[in-house]
Amino acid sequence: MRQILINLARPFVARPMTAFGVLFLLTIVVFAALSPWIAPFPPDQIDPVNRLQPPGVGHLLGTDHFGRDTFSRIVYGARLALLIGIGVVVFALATGVPIGVLSALFPRLGVVLMRMVDVLMSFPSLLLALGLIVILGQGVFNAILAIGLIYLTTTARIVYGLALRLKAEPFVEAARSSGAGTWWIVTRHILPNMISPLLVQASFVFAFAQLGAASLDFLGLGAPPDIPSWGNMLAESRIYITRASWLLLWPGLMIVLTAFSLNLVGDALRDRMDPRFRELMRK
Amino acid sequence: MGPYILRRTGAAIATLIAASVIIFAFIHLIPGDPVYVMLGDAATPDQVEELRERMGLNEPLVVQYLIWAGNALQGDLGQSIFFETPVTQVIAEGAETSILLALITMFWIVAFGIPVGVLAAMRQGTWVDQGLSGLAMLLASVPTFWVGLYLILTFAAGLGWFPSSGYPSIFEEGGLSNLRYLVLPSLALAAPNAALILRLTRASMLDVAREDYVRTARAKGIPPYRVVLRHILRNALLAVVSAFGFTFAALISEAVVTETVFALPGIGRTVVQSILRRDYPVIQGVVLVIVCLYLVINLIVDLSYRLLDPRVELE
Repeated sequence: MRQILINLARPFVARPMTAFGVLFLLTIVVFAALSPWIAPFPPDQIDPVNRLQPPGVGHLLGTDHFGRDTFSRIVYGARLALLIGIGVVVFALATGVPIGVLSALFPRLGVVLMRMVDVLMSFPSLLLALGLIVILGQGVFNAILAIGLIYLTTTARIVYGLALRLKAEPFVEAARSSGAGTWWIVTRHILPNMISPLLVQASFVFAFAQLGAASLDFLGLGAPPDIPSWGNMLAESRIYITRASWLLLWPGLMIVLTAFSLNLVGDALRDRMDPRFRELMRK
Repeated sequence: MGPYILRRTGAAIATLIAASVIIFAFIHLIPGDPVYVMLGDAATPDQVEELRERMGLNEPLVVQYLIWAGNALQGDLGQSIFFETPVTQVIAEGAETSILLALITMFWIVAFGIPVGVLAAMRQGTWVDQGLSGLAMLLASVPTFWVGLYLILTFAAGLGWFPSSGYPSIFEEGGLSNLRYLVLPSLALAAPNAALILRLTRASMLDVAREDYVRTARAKGIPPYRVVLRHILRNALLAVVSAFGFTFAALISEAVVTETVFALPGIGRTVVQSILRRDYPVIQGVVLVIVCLYLVINLIVDLSYRLLDPRVELE
Protein backbone atom coordinates (compact mmCIF):
# COMPACT_ATOMS: atom_id res chain seq x y z
CA MET A 1 0.00 0.00 0.00
CA ARG A 2 2.79 2.36 0.95
CA GLN A 3 4.57 1.63 -2.32
CA ILE A 4 1.38 2.48 -4.25
CA LEU A 5 1.16 5.83 -2.51
CA ILE A 6 4.80 6.62 -3.22
CA ASN A 7 4.31 5.67 -6.86
CA LEU A 8 1.25 7.89 -7.08
CA ALA A 9 3.06 10.83 -5.50
CA ARG A 10 6.18 10.63 -7.64
CA PRO A 11 4.90 12.32 -10.84
CA PHE A 12 3.68 15.38 -8.92
CA VAL A 13 7.09 15.99 -7.47
CA ALA A 14 8.80 15.59 -10.82
CA ARG A 15 6.53 18.01 -12.69
CA PRO A 16 5.90 21.46 -11.33
CA MET A 17 2.82 21.97 -13.54
CA THR A 18 1.20 18.89 -12.08
CA ALA A 19 2.01 20.12 -8.60
CA PHE A 20 0.20 23.34 -9.48
CA GLY A 21 -2.81 21.29 -10.56
CA VAL A 22 -2.87 19.38 -7.29
CA LEU A 23 -2.54 22.58 -5.27
CA PHE A 24 -5.37 24.22 -7.18
CA LEU A 25 -7.63 21.23 -6.65
CA LEU A 26 -6.81 21.26 -2.94
CA THR A 27 -7.81 24.93 -2.86
CA ILE A 28 -11.17 24.04 -4.41
CA VAL A 29 -11.69 21.35 -1.78
CA VAL A 30 -10.85 23.82 1.00
CA PHE A 31 -13.21 26.42 -0.53
CA ALA A 32 -16.00 23.86 -0.64
CA ALA A 33 -15.44 22.49 2.86
CA LEU A 34 -14.97 25.82 4.60
CA SER A 35 -17.07 28.18 2.44
CA PRO A 36 -18.97 29.89 5.32
CA TRP A 37 -15.66 30.75 7.01
CA ILE A 38 -13.73 31.78 3.89
CA ALA A 39 -16.43 33.80 2.14
CA PRO A 40 -16.68 37.33 3.57
CA PHE A 41 -20.39 37.61 2.67
CA PRO A 42 -23.28 35.18 2.30
CA PRO A 43 -23.39 34.21 -1.41
CA ASP A 44 -26.93 35.55 -1.90
CA GLN A 45 -26.67 38.76 0.11
CA ILE A 46 -28.06 41.53 -2.11
CA ASP A 47 -26.65 45.05 -1.85
CA PRO A 48 -28.31 47.30 -4.48
CA VAL A 49 -26.19 50.33 -3.59
CA ASN A 50 -22.96 48.51 -4.49
CA ARG A 51 -24.06 46.99 -7.80
CA LEU A 52 -21.39 46.12 -10.40
CA GLN A 53 -18.50 47.31 -8.24
CA PRO A 54 -15.06 46.61 -9.75
CA PRO A 55 -12.64 44.49 -7.72
CA GLY A 56 -11.36 46.48 -4.74
CA VAL A 57 -10.94 46.63 -0.99
CA GLY A 58 -14.47 45.89 0.27
CA HIS A 59 -15.24 43.37 -2.44
CA LEU A 60 -12.10 41.51 -3.39
CA LEU A 61 -13.36 40.41 -6.82
CA GLY A 62 -16.11 43.02 -7.25
CA THR A 63 -19.89 42.62 -7.15
CA ASP A 64 -22.54 41.48 -9.65
CA HIS A 65 -25.73 43.17 -10.87
CA PHE A 66 -27.48 42.51 -7.54
CA GLY A 67 -24.49 43.73 -5.55
CA ARG A 68 -23.63 40.19 -4.47
CA ASP A 69 -19.97 39.62 -3.61
CA THR A 70 -18.25 37.77 -6.48
CA PHE A 71 -15.53 36.24 -4.31
CA SER A 72 -18.08 34.77 -1.91
CA ARG A 73 -20.07 33.29 -4.78
CA ILE A 74 -16.87 31.81 -6.27
CA VAL A 75 -16.08 30.19 -2.92
CA TYR A 76 -19.57 28.71 -2.60
CA GLY A 77 -19.49 27.71 -6.27
CA ALA A 78 -16.68 25.27 -5.43
CA ARG A 79 -19.27 23.15 -3.61
CA LEU A 80 -21.35 22.61 -6.70
CA ALA A 81 -18.26 22.02 -8.87
CA LEU A 82 -17.13 19.23 -6.53
CA LEU A 83 -20.62 17.80 -6.18
CA ILE A 84 -21.11 17.63 -9.95
CA GLY A 85 -17.62 16.20 -10.53
CA ILE A 86 -17.87 13.52 -7.86
CA GLY A 87 -21.47 12.71 -8.78
CA VAL A 88 -20.67 12.25 -12.46
CA VAL A 89 -17.55 10.16 -11.73
CA VAL A 90 -19.42 7.92 -9.30
CA PHE A 91 -22.30 7.46 -11.72
CA ALA A 92 -20.02 6.79 -14.70
CA LEU A 93 -17.91 4.25 -12.78
CA ALA A 94 -20.84 2.57 -11.01
CA THR A 95 -22.56 1.93 -14.34
CA GLY A 96 -19.67 1.75 -16.81
CA VAL A 97 -17.50 -0.72 -14.88
CA PRO A 98 -20.16 -3.45 -14.47
CA ILE A 99 -21.26 -3.03 -18.09
CA GLY A 100 -17.69 -3.27 -19.38
CA VAL A 101 -16.64 -6.20 -17.17
CA LEU A 102 -19.82 -8.20 -17.83
CA SER A 103 -19.47 -7.61 -21.57
CA ALA A 104 -15.91 -8.88 -21.55
CA LEU A 105 -16.69 -11.97 -19.46
CA PHE A 106 -19.86 -12.97 -21.27
CA PRO A 107 -19.32 -12.32 -25.01
CA ARG A 108 -22.95 -12.93 -25.97
CA LEU A 109 -24.20 -10.38 -23.47
CA GLY A 110 -21.27 -8.19 -24.48
CA VAL A 111 -22.40 -7.97 -28.09
CA VAL A 112 -25.77 -6.62 -26.98
CA LEU A 113 -24.47 -4.27 -24.28
CA MET A 114 -21.68 -2.81 -26.41
CA ARG A 115 -24.11 -2.28 -29.27
CA MET A 116 -26.33 -0.29 -26.89
CA VAL A 117 -23.32 1.75 -25.84
CA ASP A 118 -22.59 2.39 -29.54
CA VAL A 119 -26.14 3.61 -30.04
CA LEU A 120 -25.86 6.05 -27.14
CA MET A 121 -22.52 7.23 -28.52
CA SER A 122 -24.11 8.08 -31.86
CA PHE A 123 -25.88 10.99 -30.14
CA PRO A 124 -23.79 14.15 -29.74
CA SER A 125 -23.03 14.28 -26.02
CA LEU A 126 -24.67 17.59 -25.18
CA LEU A 127 -27.86 16.69 -27.08
CA LEU A 128 -28.04 13.43 -25.13
CA ALA A 129 -27.71 15.37 -21.88
CA LEU A 130 -30.26 17.99 -22.97
CA GLY A 131 -32.74 15.26 -23.96
CA LEU A 132 -32.43 13.67 -20.54
CA ILE A 133 -32.92 17.04 -18.84
CA VAL A 134 -36.12 17.55 -20.84
CA ILE A 135 -37.40 14.17 -19.65
CA LEU A 136 -36.24 14.41 -16.02
CA GLY A 137 -36.61 18.15 -15.48
CA GLN A 138 -34.06 20.71 -14.40
CA GLY A 139 -32.00 20.26 -11.25
CA VAL A 140 -28.57 19.49 -9.86
CA PHE A 141 -29.21 15.76 -9.45
CA ASN A 142 -30.63 15.47 -12.95
CA ALA A 143 -27.70 17.39 -14.40
CA ILE A 144 -25.41 14.81 -12.78
CA LEU A 145 -27.40 11.96 -14.32
CA ALA A 146 -27.47 13.64 -17.73
CA ILE A 147 -23.73 14.27 -17.83
CA GLY A 148 -23.06 10.89 -16.19
CA LEU A 149 -24.91 9.16 -19.02
CA ILE A 150 -22.40 10.62 -21.51
CA TYR A 151 -19.45 9.20 -19.57
CA LEU A 152 -21.17 5.89 -18.87
CA THR A 153 -20.56 5.13 -22.54
CA THR A 154 -16.88 6.07 -22.70
CA THR A 155 -16.16 4.38 -19.36
CA ALA A 156 -17.93 1.17 -20.40
CA ARG A 157 -15.91 1.08 -23.63
CA ILE A 158 -12.58 1.55 -21.87
CA VAL A 159 -13.38 -0.98 -19.14
CA TYR A 160 -14.48 -3.46 -21.79
CA GLY A 161 -11.14 -3.12 -23.55
CA LEU A 162 -9.20 -3.43 -20.30
CA ALA A 163 -11.16 -6.44 -19.12
CA LEU A 164 -10.72 -8.24 -22.45
CA ARG A 165 -6.97 -7.78 -22.17
CA LEU A 166 -6.81 -8.86 -18.54
CA LYS A 167 -8.97 -11.88 -19.28
CA ALA A 168 -6.31 -13.13 -21.70
CA GLU A 169 -3.46 -12.66 -19.19
CA PRO A 170 -1.69 -15.85 -18.04
CA PHE A 171 -2.44 -15.14 -14.37
CA VAL A 172 -6.17 -15.07 -15.06
CA GLU A 173 -5.95 -18.31 -17.02
CA ALA A 174 -3.89 -19.83 -14.22
CA ALA A 175 -6.51 -18.80 -11.67
CA ARG A 176 -9.27 -20.23 -13.84
CA SER A 177 -7.48 -23.55 -14.36
CA SER A 178 -6.90 -23.88 -10.64
CA GLY A 179 -10.65 -23.70 -10.16
CA ALA A 180 -11.32 -20.06 -9.34
CA GLY A 181 -14.89 -18.91 -9.94
CA THR A 182 -15.90 -15.91 -12.05
CA TRP A 183 -16.63 -13.74 -9.01
CA TRP A 184 -13.24 -14.51 -7.53
CA ILE A 185 -11.45 -13.71 -10.79
CA VAL A 186 -13.31 -10.42 -11.19
CA THR A 187 -12.75 -9.20 -7.64
CA ARG A 188 -9.21 -10.56 -7.14
CA HIS A 189 -7.63 -10.33 -10.59
CA ILE A 190 -9.53 -8.07 -12.97
CA LEU A 191 -10.78 -5.14 -10.85
CA PRO A 192 -7.57 -4.59 -8.82
CA ASN A 193 -5.58 -4.39 -12.05
CA MET A 194 -7.91 -1.75 -13.39
CA ILE A 195 -7.50 0.70 -10.55
CA SER A 196 -4.85 2.91 -12.12
CA PRO A 197 -6.47 3.23 -15.57
CA LEU A 198 -9.78 3.93 -13.84
CA LEU A 199 -8.15 6.67 -11.78
CA VAL A 200 -6.97 8.26 -15.03
CA GLN A 201 -10.42 7.95 -16.56
CA ALA A 202 -11.98 9.39 -13.40
CA SER A 203 -9.81 12.50 -13.53
CA PHE A 204 -10.69 13.14 -17.19
CA VAL A 205 -14.39 12.52 -16.56
CA PHE A 206 -14.25 14.91 -13.60
CA ALA A 207 -12.65 17.55 -15.85
CA PHE A 208 -15.14 17.23 -18.68
CA ALA A 209 -18.06 17.09 -16.26
CA GLN A 210 -17.09 20.64 -15.26
CA LEU A 211 -17.31 21.82 -18.86
CA GLY A 212 -20.56 19.94 -19.46
CA ALA A 213 -22.18 21.36 -16.34
CA ALA A 214 -21.04 24.87 -17.30
CA SER A 215 -22.64 24.48 -20.74
CA LEU A 216 -25.92 23.29 -19.22
CA ASP A 217 -25.87 26.20 -16.75
CA PHE A 218 -25.15 28.61 -19.56
CA LEU A 219 -28.15 27.36 -21.57
CA GLY A 220 -30.29 27.79 -18.45
CA LEU A 221 -30.89 24.03 -18.20
CA GLY A 222 -28.39 23.13 -15.47
CA ALA A 223 -28.38 24.01 -11.78
CA PRO A 224 -31.37 26.18 -10.72
CA PRO A 225 -30.52 29.90 -10.88
CA ASP A 226 -30.63 30.37 -7.09
CA ILE A 227 -27.64 28.07 -6.66
CA PRO A 228 -24.30 29.91 -6.98
CA SER A 229 -22.50 27.81 -9.59
CA TRP A 230 -19.70 29.17 -11.74
CA GLY A 231 -21.70 28.39 -14.89
CA ASN A 232 -24.74 30.27 -13.56
CA MET A 233 -22.53 33.22 -12.64
CA LEU A 234 -21.31 33.40 -16.25
CA ALA A 235 -24.81 33.02 -17.66
CA GLU A 236 -26.17 35.83 -15.47
CA SER A 237 -23.32 38.24 -16.08
CA ARG A 238 -23.48 37.80 -19.84
CA ILE A 239 -25.40 41.02 -20.56
CA TYR A 240 -23.15 43.09 -18.27
CA ILE A 241 -19.82 42.02 -19.71
CA THR A 242 -19.09 45.28 -21.51
CA ARG A 243 -19.64 47.23 -18.28
CA ALA A 244 -18.22 44.74 -15.82
CA SER A 245 -15.78 42.38 -17.52
CA TRP A 246 -14.51 40.98 -14.19
CA LEU A 247 -17.84 39.17 -13.85
CA LEU A 248 -16.81 37.14 -16.87
CA LEU A 249 -13.22 36.60 -15.76
CA TRP A 250 -13.36 34.98 -12.31
CA PRO A 251 -16.01 32.27 -12.67
CA GLY A 252 -14.65 31.36 -16.13
CA LEU A 253 -11.14 31.16 -14.78
CA MET A 254 -12.29 28.83 -12.00
CA ILE A 255 -13.92 26.48 -14.52
CA VAL A 256 -10.88 26.53 -16.81
CA LEU A 257 -8.34 26.01 -14.03
CA THR A 258 -10.35 23.22 -12.43
CA ALA A 259 -10.65 21.34 -15.71
CA PHE A 260 -7.01 22.10 -16.58
CA SER A 261 -5.75 20.89 -13.20
CA LEU A 262 -7.70 17.66 -13.50
CA ASN A 263 -6.35 17.11 -17.01
CA LEU A 264 -2.81 17.69 -15.74
CA VAL A 265 -3.30 15.19 -12.94
CA GLY A 266 -4.88 12.69 -15.33
CA ASP A 267 -1.97 13.05 -17.74
CA ALA A 268 0.60 12.57 -14.98
CA LEU A 269 -1.20 9.47 -13.72
CA ARG A 270 -1.42 8.09 -17.24
CA ASP A 271 2.31 8.43 -17.78
CA ARG A 272 2.89 6.40 -14.62
CA MET A 273 0.51 3.74 -15.77
CA ASP A 274 1.12 0.23 -16.96
CA PRO A 275 2.32 0.67 -20.57
CA ARG A 276 0.06 -2.15 -21.73
CA PHE A 277 -2.96 0.03 -20.99
CA ARG A 278 -1.69 3.34 -22.32
CA GLU A 279 -2.81 2.66 -25.86
CA LEU A 280 -6.41 2.18 -24.70
CA MET A 281 -6.50 5.41 -22.75
CA ARG A 282 -5.16 7.60 -25.53
CA LYS A 283 -8.49 9.12 -26.54
CA MET B 1 -13.03 -5.36 -48.66
CA GLY B 2 -16.51 -6.01 -50.13
CA PRO B 3 -17.91 -8.08 -47.24
CA TYR B 4 -16.37 -5.65 -44.78
CA ILE B 5 -18.18 -2.69 -46.40
CA LEU B 6 -21.46 -4.61 -46.25
CA ARG B 7 -20.98 -5.61 -42.61
CA ARG B 8 -19.92 -2.12 -41.57
CA THR B 9 -22.87 -0.50 -43.41
CA GLY B 10 -25.26 -3.02 -41.87
CA ALA B 11 -23.98 -2.16 -38.40
CA ALA B 12 -24.49 1.55 -39.09
CA ILE B 13 -28.07 0.94 -40.21
CA ALA B 14 -28.76 -1.19 -37.12
CA THR B 15 -27.41 1.59 -34.92
CA LEU B 16 -29.57 4.12 -36.75
CA ILE B 17 -32.69 2.02 -36.23
CA ALA B 18 -31.96 1.64 -32.51
CA ALA B 19 -31.24 5.37 -32.23
CA SER B 20 -34.49 6.19 -34.02
CA VAL B 21 -36.40 4.09 -31.48
CA ILE B 22 -34.83 6.15 -28.67
CA ILE B 23 -35.65 9.40 -30.48
CA PHE B 24 -39.21 8.23 -31.02
CA ALA B 25 -39.57 7.09 -27.42
CA PHE B 26 -38.33 10.49 -26.22
CA ILE B 27 -41.73 12.14 -26.67
CA HIS B 28 -43.41 9.39 -24.61
CA LEU B 29 -40.82 9.52 -21.83
CA ILE B 30 -41.58 13.14 -21.06
CA PRO B 31 -43.82 13.20 -18.00
CA GLY B 32 -47.44 14.04 -18.75
CA ASP B 33 -49.52 13.84 -21.89
CA PRO B 34 -47.26 15.10 -24.69
CA VAL B 35 -50.15 16.94 -26.34
CA TYR B 36 -50.95 18.95 -23.20
CA VAL B 37 -47.26 19.50 -22.56
CA MET B 38 -46.83 20.98 -26.03
CA LEU B 39 -50.04 23.01 -26.22
CA GLY B 40 -50.07 24.19 -22.61
CA ASP B 41 -52.90 23.94 -20.12
CA ALA B 42 -55.03 26.52 -21.90
CA ALA B 43 -55.61 24.29 -24.93
CA THR B 44 -59.21 23.60 -25.93
CA PRO B 45 -60.35 19.96 -26.25
CA ASP B 46 -60.71 20.46 -30.01
CA GLN B 47 -57.10 21.58 -30.37
CA VAL B 48 -55.93 18.68 -28.23
CA GLU B 49 -57.89 16.15 -30.26
CA GLU B 50 -56.68 17.69 -33.51
CA LEU B 51 -53.00 17.53 -32.52
CA ARG B 52 -53.42 14.03 -31.12
CA GLU B 53 -54.92 12.94 -34.41
CA ARG B 54 -52.27 14.74 -36.49
CA MET B 55 -49.42 13.17 -34.53
CA GLY B 56 -51.10 9.77 -34.66
CA LEU B 57 -51.04 9.46 -30.85
CA ASN B 58 -54.26 7.42 -30.84
CA GLU B 59 -52.56 4.43 -32.47
CA PRO B 60 -50.69 1.67 -30.60
CA LEU B 61 -47.03 2.54 -29.93
CA VAL B 62 -45.58 0.10 -32.46
CA VAL B 63 -47.85 1.44 -35.20
CA GLN B 64 -46.96 5.00 -34.19
CA TYR B 65 -43.26 4.21 -34.50
CA LEU B 66 -43.67 2.58 -37.88
CA ILE B 67 -45.70 5.52 -39.20
CA TRP B 68 -43.16 8.01 -37.81
CA ALA B 69 -40.15 6.10 -39.14
CA GLY B 70 -41.88 5.52 -42.50
CA ASN B 71 -42.60 9.22 -42.85
CA ALA B 72 -39.03 10.07 -41.85
CA LEU B 73 -37.72 7.74 -44.56
CA GLN B 74 -39.78 9.68 -47.07
CA GLY B 75 -38.38 12.97 -45.81
CA ASP B 76 -41.37 13.94 -43.65
CA LEU B 77 -40.30 14.72 -40.09
CA GLY B 78 -43.66 16.09 -38.96
CA GLN B 79 -44.86 19.59 -38.18
CA SER B 80 -43.32 22.15 -35.86
CA ILE B 81 -45.83 23.11 -33.16
CA PHE B 82 -44.34 26.59 -32.77
CA PHE B 83 -43.74 27.59 -36.39
CA GLU B 84 -46.60 25.49 -37.82
CA THR B 85 -44.35 24.58 -40.73
CA PRO B 86 -42.77 21.21 -41.64
CA VAL B 87 -39.81 20.30 -39.42
CA THR B 88 -37.71 19.72 -42.54
CA GLN B 89 -38.24 23.37 -43.44
CA VAL B 90 -37.16 24.51 -39.95
CA ILE B 91 -34.00 22.40 -40.32
CA ALA B 92 -33.36 23.68 -43.85
CA GLU B 93 -33.54 27.27 -42.62
CA GLY B 94 -30.83 26.65 -40.02
CA ALA B 95 -28.73 24.42 -42.25
CA GLU B 96 -26.81 27.13 -44.12
CA THR B 97 -25.54 28.76 -40.91
CA SER B 98 -24.63 25.48 -39.24
CA ILE B 99 -22.96 23.91 -42.25
CA LEU B 100 -20.87 27.02 -42.99
CA LEU B 101 -19.97 27.33 -39.31
CA ALA B 102 -18.86 23.69 -39.25
CA LEU B 103 -16.82 24.04 -42.45
CA ILE B 104 -15.00 27.19 -41.33
CA THR B 105 -14.36 25.61 -37.93
CA MET B 106 -12.95 22.48 -39.56
CA PHE B 107 -10.70 24.73 -41.62
CA TRP B 108 -9.26 26.35 -38.46
CA ILE B 109 -8.87 22.95 -36.78
CA VAL B 110 -6.93 21.50 -39.71
CA ALA B 111 -4.96 24.69 -40.39
CA PHE B 112 -3.80 25.09 -36.77
CA GLY B 113 -4.07 21.68 -35.14
CA ILE B 114 -2.08 19.62 -37.63
CA PRO B 115 0.92 21.93 -38.38
CA VAL B 116 1.33 22.88 -34.73
CA GLY B 117 1.06 19.22 -33.73
CA VAL B 118 3.79 18.36 -36.25
CA LEU B 119 5.95 21.17 -34.88
CA ALA B 120 5.51 19.96 -31.29
CA ALA B 121 6.41 16.40 -32.29
CA MET B 122 9.53 17.51 -34.18
CA ARG B 123 10.71 19.47 -31.15
CA GLN B 124 9.78 16.69 -28.72
CA GLY B 125 10.97 17.31 -25.18
CA THR B 126 12.09 20.91 -25.79
CA TRP B 127 10.40 23.94 -24.27
CA VAL B 128 8.61 24.52 -27.59
CA ASP B 129 6.94 21.13 -27.26
CA GLN B 130 6.14 21.58 -23.59
CA GLY B 131 4.72 25.05 -24.21
CA LEU B 132 2.56 23.95 -27.14
CA SER B 133 1.36 20.80 -25.40
CA GLY B 134 0.56 22.78 -22.26
CA LEU B 135 -1.32 25.36 -24.33
CA ALA B 136 -3.28 22.58 -26.04
CA MET B 137 -4.29 21.12 -22.71
CA LEU B 138 -5.34 24.54 -21.47
CA LEU B 139 -7.44 25.17 -24.60
CA ALA B 140 -9.07 21.77 -24.23
CA SER B 141 -10.13 22.80 -20.71
CA VAL B 142 -11.87 26.00 -21.79
CA PRO B 143 -15.66 26.18 -22.23
CA THR B 144 -16.41 27.34 -25.81
CA PHE B 145 -18.98 29.88 -24.67
CA TRP B 146 -16.43 31.55 -22.41
CA VAL B 147 -13.98 31.89 -25.29
CA GLY B 148 -16.87 33.21 -27.37
CA LEU B 149 -17.80 35.86 -24.84
CA TYR B 150 -14.19 37.01 -24.62
CA LEU B 151 -13.90 37.16 -28.41
CA ILE B 152 -17.08 39.30 -28.47
CA LEU B 153 -15.71 41.52 -25.73
CA THR B 154 -12.37 42.00 -27.48
CA PHE B 155 -12.96 41.93 -31.23
CA ALA B 156 -16.59 43.03 -31.45
CA ALA B 157 -17.33 45.35 -28.53
CA GLY B 158 -13.74 46.56 -28.09
CA LEU B 159 -12.00 46.75 -31.47
CA GLY B 160 -15.12 46.57 -33.62
CA TRP B 161 -13.42 44.33 -36.21
CA PHE B 162 -16.17 41.72 -36.41
CA PRO B 163 -19.92 41.71 -35.72
CA SER B 164 -20.87 40.31 -32.32
CA SER B 165 -24.00 38.37 -33.20
CA GLY B 166 -26.40 37.17 -35.87
CA TYR B 167 -25.70 35.97 -39.39
CA PRO B 168 -27.44 37.15 -42.59
CA SER B 169 -27.36 34.57 -45.37
CA ILE B 170 -24.57 34.84 -47.95
CA PHE B 171 -27.36 34.90 -50.54
CA GLU B 172 -28.72 38.14 -49.11
CA GLU B 173 -27.30 41.63 -49.38
CA GLY B 174 -23.59 41.63 -48.57
CA GLY B 175 -22.94 38.27 -50.26
CA LEU B 176 -19.79 36.44 -49.21
CA SER B 177 -18.73 39.32 -46.95
CA ASN B 178 -21.44 38.11 -44.57
CA LEU B 179 -19.04 35.32 -43.68
CA ARG B 180 -17.37 37.81 -41.33
CA TYR B 181 -20.26 37.10 -38.95
CA LEU B 182 -18.95 33.56 -38.61
CA VAL B 183 -15.30 34.39 -37.90
CA LEU B 184 -15.58 34.77 -34.12
CA PRO B 185 -18.03 31.88 -33.60
CA SER B 186 -15.87 29.51 -35.65
CA LEU B 187 -12.75 30.51 -33.72
CA ALA B 188 -14.49 29.88 -30.39
CA LEU B 189 -15.74 26.53 -31.62
CA ALA B 190 -12.37 25.57 -33.08
CA ALA B 191 -10.29 26.28 -29.94
CA PRO B 192 -10.89 23.11 -27.89
CA ASN B 193 -11.17 20.87 -30.95
CA ALA B 194 -8.00 22.16 -32.57
CA ALA B 195 -6.29 21.44 -29.24
CA LEU B 196 -7.45 17.82 -29.38
CA ILE B 197 -6.29 17.39 -32.98
CA LEU B 198 -2.96 18.99 -32.05
CA ARG B 199 -2.42 16.46 -29.24
CA LEU B 200 -3.48 13.60 -31.46
CA THR B 201 -1.21 14.69 -34.34
CA ARG B 202 1.74 14.99 -31.97
CA ALA B 203 1.16 11.59 -30.36
CA SER B 204 0.62 9.92 -33.71
CA MET B 205 3.76 11.52 -35.22
CA LEU B 206 5.83 10.24 -32.30
CA ASP B 207 4.38 6.74 -32.71
CA VAL B 208 5.19 6.59 -36.39
CA ALA B 209 8.67 8.08 -35.88
CA ARG B 210 9.59 4.91 -33.97
CA GLU B 211 8.78 2.63 -36.94
CA ASP B 212 11.54 0.69 -38.64
CA TYR B 213 10.90 2.18 -42.06
CA VAL B 214 11.53 5.65 -40.68
CA ARG B 215 14.92 4.56 -39.38
CA THR B 216 15.63 2.95 -42.76
CA ALA B 217 14.67 6.17 -44.55
CA ARG B 218 16.98 8.20 -42.34
CA ALA B 219 19.80 5.69 -42.74
CA LYS B 220 19.47 5.93 -46.52
CA GLY B 221 20.32 9.61 -46.19
CA ILE B 222 16.94 11.08 -47.13
CA PRO B 223 16.87 14.71 -45.95
CA PRO B 224 15.17 15.03 -42.51
CA TYR B 225 12.34 17.29 -43.71
CA ARG B 226 11.46 14.77 -46.43
CA VAL B 227 11.39 11.96 -43.89
CA VAL B 228 9.06 14.01 -41.73
CA LEU B 229 6.73 14.99 -44.56
CA ARG B 230 6.67 11.81 -46.62
CA HIS B 231 7.36 9.00 -44.21
CA ILE B 232 6.09 10.19 -40.86
CA LEU B 233 3.37 12.75 -41.51
CA ARG B 234 1.55 10.79 -44.20
CA ASN B 235 1.19 7.78 -41.96
CA ALA B 236 0.54 9.80 -38.83
CA LEU B 237 -2.39 11.55 -40.51
CA LEU B 238 -4.23 8.23 -40.74
CA ALA B 239 -4.88 8.27 -37.02
CA VAL B 240 -5.88 11.92 -37.23
CA VAL B 241 -8.37 11.23 -40.02
CA SER B 242 -9.95 8.49 -37.94
CA ALA B 243 -10.60 11.06 -35.20
CA PHE B 244 -12.64 13.31 -37.49
CA GLY B 245 -15.85 11.40 -36.82
CA PHE B 246 -15.39 12.04 -33.13
CA THR B 247 -14.48 15.68 -33.80
CA PHE B 248 -17.67 16.12 -35.79
CA ALA B 249 -19.78 14.93 -32.86
CA ALA B 250 -17.94 17.29 -30.53
CA LEU B 251 -18.49 20.16 -32.98
CA ILE B 252 -22.25 19.56 -33.07
CA SER B 253 -22.45 19.47 -29.27
CA GLU B 254 -20.49 22.64 -28.82
CA ALA B 255 -22.21 24.39 -31.75
CA VAL B 256 -25.44 24.24 -29.73
CA VAL B 257 -23.79 26.51 -27.16
CA THR B 258 -21.76 28.62 -29.61
CA GLU B 259 -24.78 29.43 -31.79
CA THR B 260 -26.61 30.51 -28.65
CA VAL B 261 -23.77 32.81 -27.54
CA PHE B 262 -23.51 34.49 -30.95
CA ALA B 263 -27.28 34.41 -31.63
CA LEU B 264 -26.65 32.57 -34.92
CA PRO B 265 -29.79 31.35 -36.72
CA GLY B 266 -28.45 27.77 -36.94
CA ILE B 267 -29.74 24.31 -36.10
CA GLY B 268 -28.06 24.23 -32.69
CA ARG B 269 -29.85 27.32 -31.45
CA THR B 270 -33.09 25.96 -32.90
CA VAL B 271 -32.69 22.89 -30.67
CA VAL B 272 -32.21 24.98 -27.53
CA GLN B 273 -35.14 27.23 -28.38
CA SER B 274 -37.31 24.23 -29.23
CA ILE B 275 -36.54 22.75 -25.81
CA LEU B 276 -37.65 25.99 -24.14
CA ARG B 277 -40.74 26.16 -26.44
CA ARG B 278 -41.54 22.47 -25.94
CA ASP B 279 -41.57 22.04 -29.70
CA TYR B 280 -40.77 18.32 -29.50
CA PRO B 281 -41.23 17.35 -33.17
CA VAL B 282 -38.43 19.80 -34.06
CA ILE B 283 -36.11 18.30 -31.41
CA GLN B 284 -36.84 14.78 -32.66
CA GLY B 285 -36.28 15.78 -36.28
CA VAL B 286 -33.04 17.63 -35.66
CA VAL B 287 -31.56 14.87 -33.50
CA LEU B 288 -32.52 12.22 -36.06
CA VAL B 289 -30.82 14.17 -38.85
CA ILE B 290 -27.70 14.75 -36.75
CA VAL B 291 -27.41 11.09 -35.73
CA CYS B 292 -27.76 10.10 -39.42
CA LEU B 293 -25.02 12.54 -40.40
CA TYR B 294 -22.76 11.30 -37.61
CA LEU B 295 -23.19 7.67 -38.64
CA VAL B 296 -22.58 8.44 -42.32
CA ILE B 297 -19.43 10.44 -41.52
CA ASN B 298 -18.12 7.70 -39.25
CA LEU B 299 -18.86 5.10 -41.90
CA ILE B 300 -16.93 7.09 -44.51
CA VAL B 301 -14.05 7.67 -42.09
CA ASP B 302 -13.87 3.97 -41.17
CA LEU B 303 -14.01 2.75 -44.74
CA SER B 304 -11.48 5.25 -46.03
CA TYR B 305 -9.20 4.41 -43.11
CA ARG B 306 -9.10 0.80 -44.18
CA LEU B 307 -8.71 1.81 -47.79
CA LEU B 308 -5.79 4.13 -47.00
CA ASP B 309 -3.99 1.72 -44.71
CA PRO B 310 -3.93 -1.86 -46.03
CA ARG B 311 -2.24 -3.03 -42.82
CA VAL B 312 -5.42 -2.51 -40.84
CA GLU B 313 -7.09 -5.84 -40.39
CA LEU B 314 -10.66 -6.11 -41.61
CA GLU B 315 -12.01 -7.49 -38.36
